[in-house]
Amino acid sequence: MYKNFLKIITFLSILVSPFLLTSAYAKTKVGFVYLTTPGDHGWTYAHELGKQMVKKEFGNDVEISIVENVPEGPDATRVIRELAKQGNQIIFTTSFGYMEPTLKVAKEFPNVKFEHMTGYKRTKNVATGNIRFYEGRYVQGVVAGLMTKTNKIGYIGAYPISEVIMGINAFAQGLRSVNKKATISVIWANTWYDPVKEADAAKVHIAEGADILAQHTDSPAMLQIAEKNGALGFGQSTDMGAFAPKAQLFASVNNWGPYYIKKIKQLKDGKWNTGDGPDHWAGNTWGGLSTNMLTLSNFSNMPTDVAKKAQAAHDGIKSGKLKIFAGPLKTNDGKEIIGAGKTLDDGALWGMNYYLEGVTGKVPK
Amino acid sequence: MIEFTPRKIQSSFWAILSPIISIGMTIFIGSLIFKMLSYPVMESLYQVFVSPFSRPDRIADIFVKACPLIIIGLGLIFCFKANIWNIGAEGQFILGTLCAGSFALLFPETKTYMLLFSMFIIGFIGGAIWASIPAILKVRLNVNEILVSLMLVYVAMLFIDFIVRGPLRDPMSFGFPLSKVYPDGAIISKVDFPFIGFLGQFHYGIFIILILCPLIWLFINKTLPGFQIKIFGSSTRASEFAGFNKNKITFYVLLVSGGLSGVAGVIEVSANMGRLQPEVSFGYGFTAIIVAFLGRLNPYGVVIAGIIIATAKLGADNAQMVLGIPKVVTGIFEGMLLFFLLAGETIQKYKISIRKDN
Repeated sequence: MYKNFLKIITFLSILVSPFLLTSAYAKTKVGFVYLTTPGDHGWTYAHELGKQMVKKEFGNDVEISIVENVPEGPDATRVIRELAKQGNQIIFTTSFGYMEPTLKVAKEFPNVKFEHMTGYKRTKNVATGNIRFYEGRYVQGVVAGLMTKTNKIGYIGAYPISEVIMGINAFAQGLRSVNKKATISVIWANTWYDPVKEADAAKVHIAEGADILAQHTDSPAMLQIAEKNGALGFGQSTDMGAFAPKAQLFASVNNWGPYYIKKIKQLKDGKWNTGDGPDHWAGNTWGGLSTNMLTLSNFSNMPTDVAKKAQAAHDGIKSGKLKIFAGPLKTNDGKEIIGAGKTLDDGALWGMNYYLEGVTGKVPK
Repeated sequence: MIEFTPRKIQSSFWAILSPIISIGMTIFIGSLIFKMLSYPVMESLYQVFVSPFSRPDRIADIFVKACPLIIIGLGLIFCFKANIWNIGAEGQFILGTLCAGSFALLFPETKTYMLLFSMFIIGFIGGAIWASIPAILKVRLNVNEILVSLMLVYVAMLFIDFIVRGPLRDPMSFGFPLSKVYPDGAIISKVDFPFIGFLGQFHYGIFIILILCPLIWLFINKTLPGFQIKIFGSSTRASEFAGFNKNKITFYVLLVSGGLSGVAGVIEVSANMGRLQPEVSFGYGFTAIIVAFLGRLNPYGVVIAGIIIATAKLGADNAQMVLGIPKVVTGIFEGMLLFFLLAGETIQKYKISIRKDN
């Protein structure tokens, strides 16, 4: 009898032990969906760097699966569902076009958490994340205003959506804070990533006399053209200094790592939530310089006093003392947006369909 | 000088064996590559080739992925059998989708499936109209249909881009280029299998292959127009002597091929996206060319070829998810598979000899 009892106990403990072990060494399974192959620059590479920070932070406590090159259609739905089925507890979908697929799959897996960048629709288990890219563009404007000799700034926009327009306006605010004579002209590339188009746009800007170039597109092509023609410019998403060592003033660097880490920690502690932020486009996580989700690469190719002023602007935004969209604000055709003493709120930024003073031309309709 | 002499007798034994050898070669060289890159060989092979079949919903997803490839491929059979090189199925797919989608968006709140039915017809017409441009140019002015159909792909891409950013943009999309969501009557729903429920993305649109495939087989093999197409393709002069109307055949094969591409687009978008966006096709029209040839221009072959290509794509995703194998590596697999299959077919059909030139 006693013997049998021992047997049963041993048997049971063997049966149960894997569960005990797994709970003791609970790994969090994390999935990432990438739009392209990470490569060595731009949007997806920035996410890849963020993923590496996650790996470094949690080491063996996380198990990461990624799928790259996922088109924003039915494939996305299938891949996200597959990641959920394989037991990933939190899935980061890193492109705007994954919005509907993410929502669709999230409905089927209520216990899995989803973080979508950079959409605006949320549910109980879908949160969204985004970066205040425009903060870096303000600093770019300051540097551009101090560095330009021709007072002409060439700006390459991706698409005329509020995300891009608020960046142009922030740039204009920075520019005009140091140089009231300089103006920005915008060329719409109508693409996020197309080195050929971006290079063409850069050439046009330079031919029209611009000596500083800025971009809201993803390839280093613009900087390479600037390098060849003795112009200067700013990198996008990741440090692009290696592509144009003599032309890059600095780059606004998307630093997704802290956001990923924060969300995974929340999940591990059972405190994951979609936040209670205001319900507008910005999403639950909209971090900028102050939360380190946006950083600036080293200032280069500029005199020290310019770098100092850039640093001061950076510090001002970071500490919250410097308000980028503080009144009085006027559109470039003279309409008043807000008077002195007021500041635009986040919701108003997502409604921007006008240019502020300092930008030439009109927003395409 | 390498010489290809057609074999007089084609061994049916080798016809069956050659694809098997091709797959074997792919697996063999593939394992060497995995070994070289120090990935676990057996596990890698499992993920690439077997895992797509390892669960019912995964199998269902193979069909979802293969569906547009097969439908376009079935249409391309007509063209390629007639030696008319329609390279622009991608553009016809996009235009069919765009026409049908614009039509659907005219009737918001519509619940009746008559809407979907009309979309199929409009999609077919849209694709056919796009294909009729190279067809008319070919027939009237003898312009090369390869160039025209290919270049019209880019026109179609820019056109849908313009429409979705402009006239059809959803005012609630925050400036993003998306149309409004289709009304309910324009959505192809997922199949709710009895006792099992939904399987992946498996939708009713896939069943159209069951109708199309035998129909096209019958048409090509058992009807006079089908016969005319085949003769026209293998010998234009012979078909002219027989009194077949060359222009008519050229025109109609392009129309049918374009129309079917359009239908494929309607199904793909109505079943999976439910709205128009700048990118509705992800190279389906081009991949379908490979599918058509891999299927040896036989309707049933095209179905199998579509499934093979779709499996390779899904396997690549799984391999990356589970083992972190980059897609470029699994892409080599696809390339090798095609290479060996086509090489096998060539060797089986032609005798290859090396001759010294004088």
